[in-house]
Parts: sequence; C-alpha cells; structure tokens
Amino acid sequence: MSLIDVLARMEAVAAGRATPLATVRHRHLSERPLVFVPLTTAGETGAPLGALVGTDPEAPLLLTVPQPRDRDLRFAFFAELAAAVLPYVDSFADDVEPAERKETDPQTGKRVTVETELCADAPQMIVASAAGVDFVRLLGRSMRFRRTAEQDPDTPHPAPPHVPLLGRWLTHFGERARVPGSSLLLPMTGLLSRHWATGQSLAEDQHLGALLAWIDPPEGESGQDAALRAETARDARGQLLCPPAGPATDPAFDNGLLAPAIARYDAGVPGTREEFDALVASVLRPTWDAVWRGIGLLRALPEGARVADRWRRDRWSYTAHRDRVRSGEPPQPRLDDAVTAAQKLASRETAQAQLDAQEALDDPLVMAGRRLTGEALEGEVTEVEMAMSEGKRPMPRPLVTLRTGDRPQLEERAKLYRPLDGGKTQTAEFVAYVPEQPGTLVVRLTGGMGRGKTPEPGSVPEKGDRVCWTLFEHAPRGGPELPDPEDTPWTHGGPPPGSGDGGTTVPAQAAAPAPAQDPAPTPAQIAAPLPDPDPVTAEDFL
Amino acid sequence: MSRGIPAPARTDFDPGAAATAATEAILRDTLHGDRRGVVVDSPPGAGKSTLVVRAARELAAAGRPLMIVAQTNAQVDDLVLRLAEKDPELPVGRLHSSEPGAYDPALEDVPSVRTAAKVADLKGLPIVVATAAKWAYTKVDEPWPHAIVDEAYQMRSDALLTVAGLFERALFVGDPGQLDPFSVVGADQWAGLSYDPSASAVSTLLAHNPDLPQHRLPVSWRLPASAAPLVSHAFYPYTPFRSGTGYGDRRLTLGVPSDGSAVDRVVDEAAETGWGLLELPARRTPRTDPEAVQAVAQVVRRLLDRGGATVSERGPDPAPLTADRIAVGTAHRDQAAAVRAALSGLGVTGVAVDTANRLQGREFDVTVVLHPLSGRPDATAFHLETGRLCVLASRHRHACIVVCREGVTQLLDEHPSTEPVQLGVTVKFPDGWEANHAVLAHLAEHRVPWRP
Repeated sequence: MSLIDVLARMEAVAAGRATPLATVRHRHLSERPLVFVPLTTAGETGAPLGALVGTDPEAPLLLTVPQPRDRDLRFAFFAELAAAVLPYVDSFADDVEPAERKETDPQTGKRVTVETELCADAPQMIVASAAGVDFVRLLGRSMRFRRTAEQDPDTPHPAPPHVPLLGRWLTHFGERARVPGSSLLLPMTGLLSRHWATGQSLAEDQHLGALLAWIDPPEGESGQDAALRAETARDARGQLLCPPAGPATDPAFDNGLLAPAIARYDAGVPGTREEFDALVASVLRPTWDAVWRGIGLLRALPEGARVADRWRRDRWSYTAHRDRVRSGEPPQPRLDDAVTAAQKLASRETAQAQLDAQEALDDPLVMAGRRLTGEALEGEVTEVEMAMSEGKRPMPRPLVTLRTGDRPQLEERAKLYRPLDGGKTQTAEFVAYVPEQPGTLVVRLTGGMGRGKTPEPGSVPEKGDRVCWTLFEHAPRGGPELPDPEDTPWTHGGPPPGSGDGGTTVPAQAAAPAPAQDPAPTPAQIAAPLPDPDPVTAEDFL
Repeated sequence: MSRGIPAPARTDFDPGAAATAATEAILRDTLHGDRRGVVVDSPPGAGKSTLVVRAARELAAAGRPLMIVAQTNAQVDDLVLRLAEKDPELPVGRLHSSEPGAYDPALEDVPSVRTAAKVADLKGLPIVVATAAKWAYTKVDEPWPHAIVDEAYQMRSDALLTVAGLFERALFVGDPGQLDPFSVVGADQWAGLSYDPSASAVSTLLAHNPDLPQHRLPVSWRLPASAAPLVSHAFYPYTPFRSGTGYGDRRLTLGVPSDGSAVDRVVDEAAETGWGLLELPARRTPRTDPEAVQAVAQVVRRLLDRGGATVSERGPDPAPLTADRIAVGTAHRDQAAAVRAALSGLGVTGVAVDTANRLQGREFDVTVVLHPLSGRPDATAFHLETGRLCVLASRHRHACIVVCREGVTQLLDEHPSTEPVQLGVTVKFPDGWEANHAVLAHLAEHRVPWRP
C-alpha cells in the first residue's frame, strides 16, 4: 500500500468513516448494467444455489436450484440464466459505428489500416465481490464445453440450448476482468475500494456490507460500529442480519434453514419449491440492494476524462468476441498456449501502465500520490530561457526553471512528460538542480512545440505558470510482436498440437510454412500489438 | 545434472584448475555438442562475463556468426567493451534503439565496434550484441546459427519467446540465485504451465528440453574467502561453490585509526572479518528510515575518510579505496534516493547507490547494505525474496557492512512464508525465510550496536 493510501486509511479510522481516494470515477459505469448476485452450495464446486439477475433494481429475476446436487435442475438453472443474460448481451451487438483497426497484412507483413465496425456500447456485468468474479469464471468453464443436442445429436447428456453460448460469454467476461482498468465485469467491492479508503484492512473490504457501512454509515453511527454490525449482528434465529455477499453462504444459514428446506423439497412436500425460493431470495435480496446502493454512490462521482478511452477498448473486446461467436469459432480453450499467454500478459502490463498514467492525469488526488512517491512534480515556473538544439536543423529547446516542494526521484537526463490541451503530451528532460536554491530545477523541453523553428503559441509554459510533470509516460506502448502460435520456438515446446504442423519440436528454419488457407484469423494475427500508441491493445481482441 | 555434488575439500582444491575444467566442458558442449542449447549456472562473480567473452570469441573463430542477448543496455555495453578489450581485431556490432543516448558513448572510440539501430547495417559482422528488448523488434530472413543469452535467469519466458526464433542454438548463462523476473500484473492463471510467461527463460527452456546439458561454474573469483562459504551455504545449498582466493589473499586496511564510535568500530570489524552489522535499536519506521539512512551515509563517509586501501591477488601494491569502489544497496528506489540525498549532505559523490535489481551483475570492493527487513512491521514476499538478499550480499570483493534495526529475527519468526504452493511450479530452495535466517545468524557474530 502506498503512503498516501495508508494516510487515507488512518484518516478514515480517526474520522469513523471512509475517506475518498479519488475525486472522479475511474471506471466506466453503464447506464444499464446487468447485476448478477449468485449463491453457491457449500462443499460442491460449481453447484449454484440460486441467483438474482437483472437490470432493474426494483425487479430482479430470481433463479433457484432447490436440490443443488441434481444435475438436471442445475442445467435448468443454467438455461434460465442464459435466457436472462444472453438477450442483454446480444442487445448491444447490432448498434455499431464505423471504426478503423490496424492489422498485419498476411501477404506483405506490413501494418495496414482496415475499415471495420465497433459496437457503440457494450454489456456490463456487476457482481458483489472478487469471489463473484471467480464464480462467473467457474460457471463459464463448466458450461462452455457442453454440447447441445442441436450441435451434436449423439451427445449422451445434451445441454439445454444456449447454455454453451452463455459459458463462452461468461468466460470472456471473466478473462476480460483480468485486464487492469477493464469494465465488462466488475466486482462492487473492488469498485468501491478503488474510490474510498476505509478504516479496516483490505481483506475486510471484501465484505460488501461492511465496506458500505464505512462509506455510507447510517445517520449518527460511526463507520466502524456499522461495519461491525454488518459483519456480526444476528437475529433471534441466529441468522446474519447482513448475509454474506456470496457466492459462499453463512454456515448458520446452511445448517439452520437451507438443509431443512432442501430436505422438505426432496421429500416432495407440496409448496416447498415456493418456500425454498422465498428463503433463497431473503438472503440474496440484501446483497442485490447493496450492489445497487454502491452503483448509486459511484454514479454521484463525475466520470474521469480518460475513462471513455478505456471503455472503448472494452467495446473492442466485446465486438471481437461477438465476431468470433458469429463466425462459428470453437469455445475458448481450457489452457492458453505459450504465445497467447505471453500476449495476454504483455497487453495486461501495458493496460496497467496506461491505467496508472490515466488515473493520475484524470485526478489530482491520484497525482498527489504519485508526487509523494517521487514519480511526479508540481511547481511554479520561475524562468524560461529560449535555447536551440545543435545540429543541421536547430529546433527550439527552451530551458524552463521550476520551483517545487515535491521531491521527485530524478536521475541524470531523466525524461519528463506534461499533459497539454487536446490530449497531447509534452516531453522534456531533466537538466540539473539549481545550486544553492533547494527545490529549484531546470528542465529542457524536447517536444510538443510543433515542427517550426519557433514554438507554437501556448506550448511553452510561462513564468508564473503552475505545471505538473510526470516521470512516467502518458500513453505507454505495447510490447513487441510475438510469433504466431504455429511458429512457437523450440524453447517453448514448439507449435501447440493442432496448429498446422503437428506440434512436434522441429528446428525453426525447418518448420513448415503456415497453411495458406488459414480458416480463421488466429488471435495472434488479429491481436498483434500496435506500433503506435493506439488505445486498443492486443487483449482487446482476445 | 551436476547438482548435489559437494565441492572437494579445501586441501586438494585448486580453484584455477576446477574453473578451467568447467569452462572446457562448457565450450566443448557449445562448439561441438549436438544439442540446441547449453545451460550454465554461475554463482556471483564466477567469471560469467569472462565465459561469455571466451565462448563468443571461439564461436567467431570457428566462423559461426553469433548474436548475443543481454538484458540491459549497461550489460550490453559492458560486454561489447570486454570483447573489444580482449580482441581489438574482432569486429563487433552493437545494435541499439533509436533513442538518443541508447549506448555508452565510449563505444564510439573503439575502432572494432560498429553501432547501428538497424540490424541490416550490421550484416556480415561475426558478433552482434543487443538487449533482449531490442532483439524482440528485430526481424531477420535467416536465423543466426548461434546465440549466447546472458543473464538468462533474469530474462522472462515471454521475452525469450520473442527472440528464440532468431537463432538455431544457444548458450544460456546466468545466476539462478539472483532476483527472479516478475510481473506487475497477476500471472497466477499460468502458474504451473511449462511456458508460464512470467517465469524465467531458463525454467521454460528446461521444462521443454529437460535433457539439455547443464553446467555450473564452481569458483567465485569475486567473493572473498570470508563471504563465499556464507553465500554458498545460504543461497546455493545444493550447488556449493568456493572462493578463488584464500583467507589472507585479500586485505582491507585503514590508514586512520578508529575514533571509537560505533560507525568506526563496524568499519574495523568489516575490514578485519569481511562482514559488519551495524544494529540500530528496534523500531517500526517508514521505508526511508531517517536514522538508518543517516547511518548508511556515515559508514560510507568514514570508509572514505579513514584512507582505506585494498590488497588483493590482482597486484602487490595496495589500491586506495575510492568512492567508485564502494556501493550502497537498498530494497526500494525511494530508499536509494534518500541515501543519495544523505550522502550528498555529507559531501560524498561518486558512490553507486541503487536497488538490488540494478546492482545485479556489478562488483565493488566494499558494499554497504540497508537490510530489506530493517524497521518493517511485516515480512512480505517481496522483502523475503531470496534473490534480493543474495544480490545485496554478494557484490563485494572485500567487505560488506549491513545496516539494520534490531528485531529482524523475531520479525522473521512472526512471518513464516505463507505464499500458496502452486502445483507444477518447482519450489525454489532455499526460501527467503531460511536464507534470511542464515545470513542474520552469521551477521550476529559481527554485530556492533549503535544508538544514534
């Protein structure tokens, strides 16, 4: 945890309520998010007990599995879930806008721009906590390889229609959620703890009820007391007043209420299905309401200026998966191959660097944290001296003297970046500290002044201006291009099975060329990292 | 596999002969072996760079064009200069990025070195050297017949993936005890896969090619006789190594007598025994603990003021202990910045102050280390990482002085390693907890308490 976050947490303890970590909202919030609150059965992996799902806070759809170990009931649940989720996911598929994308031309190997389409908006699924995100992944894994009777008439246990498709979409959401700054699938606890610091530990922040108690305590009660009540208070029957946000349930609920209800259902007592539904709804509804309360709190924050840029990448991700589904590609493999894994890691690292930079540029409070760690500095311009570069074509390289109270970790000739109007960035390099004047330093502007011999008006700061320079890049680039999976080198086990030449380890130069009639573009071909700082990264197409 | 073979007893151990035998075997496998790869494990200061230079020259002499992959620009420049020094007639290409100041300007003055930002401009040269990052953007029609991958344990598996298509066979050289590569984003989803992109290049290589010949350099020429046994025992328990010099071959003397202060006493202790621990009273502090930082700076100041001189096997005359022969190592960059500020406050310039990551591969006469766990309330995986302490404790030719707050032993006992065990991932021994205890137990014998 950074020093400024520690400070915020200590202030939260002292004040008895959460302190803001941000002045703007750093994640996209859809106008029509799909909230999904699932519960699972203790002791059995991937056996849902029930869920609330929907886009209307007042009218969630309740789905339950009265005997969670009954596979038929489980798949009936999956079918109902697909009927609820897929129309929502598909509702964004046909509203498109024209867009451009860079691709590697398979013939020439050059980067070319192609006209394509991009969905104007994308679905957004919100779950209660990080465990909910894992559960979405698990559901996706358990559904996407199932076959329906339509796909394969001979399959012994056909899945209901649309269940494999739902599995593919849930898998896509779950994988996308690993990309820093992405917003297709978000946990409410993660959203809230990004924007507020509580007086409890990060692990305790995973309890949605306690987290909300710190952020928005009831009138006249301290956050600490409210959080304790949310975590521990029980009613006369021994049941938690604020049930866990799931997907795990409280053991007292399992033993005292759930087990008898399942037993009555198994015994075939009339009316028990309705009784069971009401029971599960009673522990789901508080979490459902809490998620919507969190959405309300977050909507009160203005959206950060660069959030739309990141959401655009989510839209690319959604559009690309839509295209893969439409073109009849098989479901996502169980494990990534070496190239795909490397590609995902590289694009997530780029996304993390972009997210860190964008959050700081969007939000002075985040920038303050970076200044405190010596990664940025804010100061007043005390002097500007015009200078030119040496060489055949001298260019303006003004020297700017700043006075700052920050303590940046500047090394010799360190690069500095400053945001200009219109989303451009000005670069500079650190020259030296001014002797005998603590906190005064000189930087040499090296870019962002246009191409002329005199700097463009307004591109050079003037005496008295307050400027903020960062030591980190504002639009970090992606990594180098990776080989195609069928060219996986011998160091990494050679091409994976089924990728053209049989998957045996062969010398690189002896490897057969990729088949000419490539059926569908491989992820690597679509997703090669772009050489210019285009906001779309490789992962957006995965 | 050569692991687990104990080093021969001191009496019949000829370090020169042992090192030569290892080098010959490596060169034999590299030049005449039928396998596509050879892996060499090298403990700190075991002549890894010398080996790379020698292998490069022999491959060039055999008419086999060679590409060399190193991890940082400083490592590349250093290798190029070493190659040019050893053989001024051998043309060497230095491939670099197009950014200004991408390479050491000293290369401009070496006639045998050609620098270029495009590989086409270096066509036909017997040796081309660049960073892994630069090679990753390089495209060639014909792969190189041979490559040397330096610091391969610090290279990530995904970095190897981007360059492995450029060569047919390769010699992989590195130190398995130093810092593992890492990722700023989670990579747990691939843990246990043989090609986990966040793992080291060598672990992926060996997982897919388990029968590649593996060698080990048995002698550290850098570490003095006082340090090699501890570093070998604490960090390389199953692959022990020896120092190339014996007790008494190296001496650190001080011209100015001690003033009796704790700082001077720890300097004396280190000059005498090779190790010193300046122990501050127990206290929980921010990372840039002002007292500890000040203590580090004062130790450096006194090392310089007291007219230190080193005697070693390199020559009969004592060499003065100057600022460029001293380094300060820390765990975090802000700590390094704080030490730099404290040193400049004491008028000291020219001392290398950096984090463990950046001191990797470098060598000094005396190092002063701010212990990674000093003043901390907890022992996280980052601070416990074996490689971090190993790098900090193995950069010196003569002496190492550790500055630390009391109570780290208790801190370790309160924070046993709790990292989840991932299936399919080779567990590294020793773990950081064990290595930290081993080093602290040794340092306790060289302890000088100090109350600022």
